[in-house]
Amino acid sequence: MNNKATQGKDLLSVILRGITVAAAVITGVTVAIIVGYILIKGIPSIDSSLFALNYTSDNQSLTTSFINTVLMTALALVIAVPLGVGAAIYLTEYTRNSGKLVTLIRYAAETLAGIPSIVYGLFGMLFFVVSLRMGFSLLAGSLTIAIMVLPTIMRTSEEALLSVPMQYREGAFALGAGKLRTVFRVILPAASSGILSGMILAIGRIVGESAALIFTAGTVAEFPTSVFSSTRTLSVHMYSLASEGLHIDKAYATAVVLLALVAIINAAALLVMRRITKGRQHL
Amino acid sequence: MAKVRESVMRIVFLLTALMSVLCVLFVCFFLFTNGLPAIAKIGPLDFLGGIKWKPESNEFGIFPMILGSLYVTCGAIILGVPIGILTAVFIAFFCPTRIKSAVEFVTSLMAGIPSIIYGFFGLTVLVPLINDVFGVRGKGILAASVLLAIMILPTIISISQQALEAVQRSYFEGAIALGASKERSVFFVVLPAAKSGVLASIVLGIGRAIGETMAVVMVAGNQAVIPESVFDGVRTMTTNIVLEMGYAADLHREALIATGVVLFVFILLINMLFSILRSKERVQ
Repeated sequence: MNNKATQGKDLLSVILRGITVAAAVITGVTVAIIVGYILIKGIPSIDSSLFALNYTSDNQSLTTSFINTVLMTALALVIAVPLGVGAAIYLTEYTRNSGKLVTLIRYAAETLAGIPSIVYGLFGMLFFVVSLRMGFSLLAGSLTIAIMVLPTIMRTSEEALLSVPMQYREGAFALGAGKLRTVFRVILPAASSGILSGMILAIGRIVGESAALIFTAGTVAEFPTSVFSSTRTLSVHMYSLASEGLHIDKAYATAVVLLALVAIINAAALLVMRRITKGRQHL
Repeated sequence: MAKVRESVMRIVFLLTALMSVLCVLFVCFFLFTNGLPAIAKIGPLDFLGGIKWKPESNEFGIFPMILGSLYVTCGAIILGVPIGILTAVFIAFFCPTRIKSAVEFVTSLMAGIPSIIYGFFGLTVLVPLINDVFGVRGKGILAASVLLAIMILPTIISISQQALEAVQRSYFEGAIALGASKERSVFFVVLPAAKSGVLASIVLGIGRAIGETMAVVMVAGNQAVIPESVFDGVRTMTTNIVLEMGYAADLHREALIATGVVLFVFILLINMLFSILRSKERVQ
């Protein structure tokens, strides 16, 4: 037992170390297999017809779905970001103590975060599509999905606001700024990277969402003419390709595009977060 | 004037904060008012305990689906939890700093991969694999469990990792000072101290698994009968909704919404458990 790594270590320690490494390897290999398999099968199937401007049942072009995804994401963020950031401002700047109301708000946000997307889909269908008579539409879909990402934006914004040093607020007040001015001119700019990383996480969730959209935004693969048009996002497009099973090569190719999109979004979120931690070290 | 603006904005911020409460109330209200009448019409016992789901002859028993959801979730927990927690331990304590950011990118990517891609992977790789290895129809509890185990890994890893890293450094140092090896210190001192956080990660994983829809629908086989082995096809509450909502009408449609209500109640219970565990962790 002169091996350096095991020197002076009992058997149990070696085993414990072994199983943690094994588990990490299993996790890593699983991801590698999934990503690798999709890439190997999908990249050869990518051709120009996949990006043709008009969708036909022949070319199964993803251009319309891609543009719909961008519209859906933008609309959902326009609704969710002001609400989420506003809520975070209330929780951090206006009530630091944990009163009953704050506990209730936090509990509600945690509950929202735990509701599965299919339940949001049902709710969106019952409320936006049927009761408010929006029909299957871009608007109904983005409202549903805005509620879904609200807790994500709230939580990340709250963390970002909390990490702004107290001196910033004290400095602003000492210079005679009111509360509002302090929030908008001092605190929000200082917390902007954290809020941005939360928005990017939310974008990732919206891009990947399918269950909440099928019964709210519908599955029509056309450019929307208004917010009341039914639209299919990239993930919903992928779902119909995979479940129909008629264009399996197109499904692989679409999966590659979707995967690349998600990887870029995640890398962006990590980069923004890393910039924050680096910025902190310079303080 | 400035004072008015200050107090108006204070109310605006309060209203945005109350939106989440309002959303929860709306979700509850719309699901319950649309689902409960159907349960009353069918009869709570016939609905929850009935083993026959035959919409064409007005038989709506969702017991096979409740069981199906529980089976695939149990399977996912048995397979996913040990690997998830051990991976979290690895990242928190044994991961070389050089590769730590790469490892964190991988776990965040895992969390970001859309369920539909997991489902497609399950359909094209896992199902044929199970078919080849065991000589059975690949779609069923096993395929769904394995796929869900993979999908809940990022949840379990990130929450457990946070819990492990939140344990005071002095616990670890004390154990080392008493002569325990690094591995023993981590497993017998830090891990027990992070117990409630790790449990919370498992509860959240259960919530994710029971609520997952689009991946499960592609690999579970979707037969609305009580399965007899891990290779049998199974239908969960979530997939029951997504499979039939497109064409259902009248009582059938209401029964599907009621299925959503039952699922929602499960989720609310799981959330409550998660909140309790989380607040315990904060107290510590």
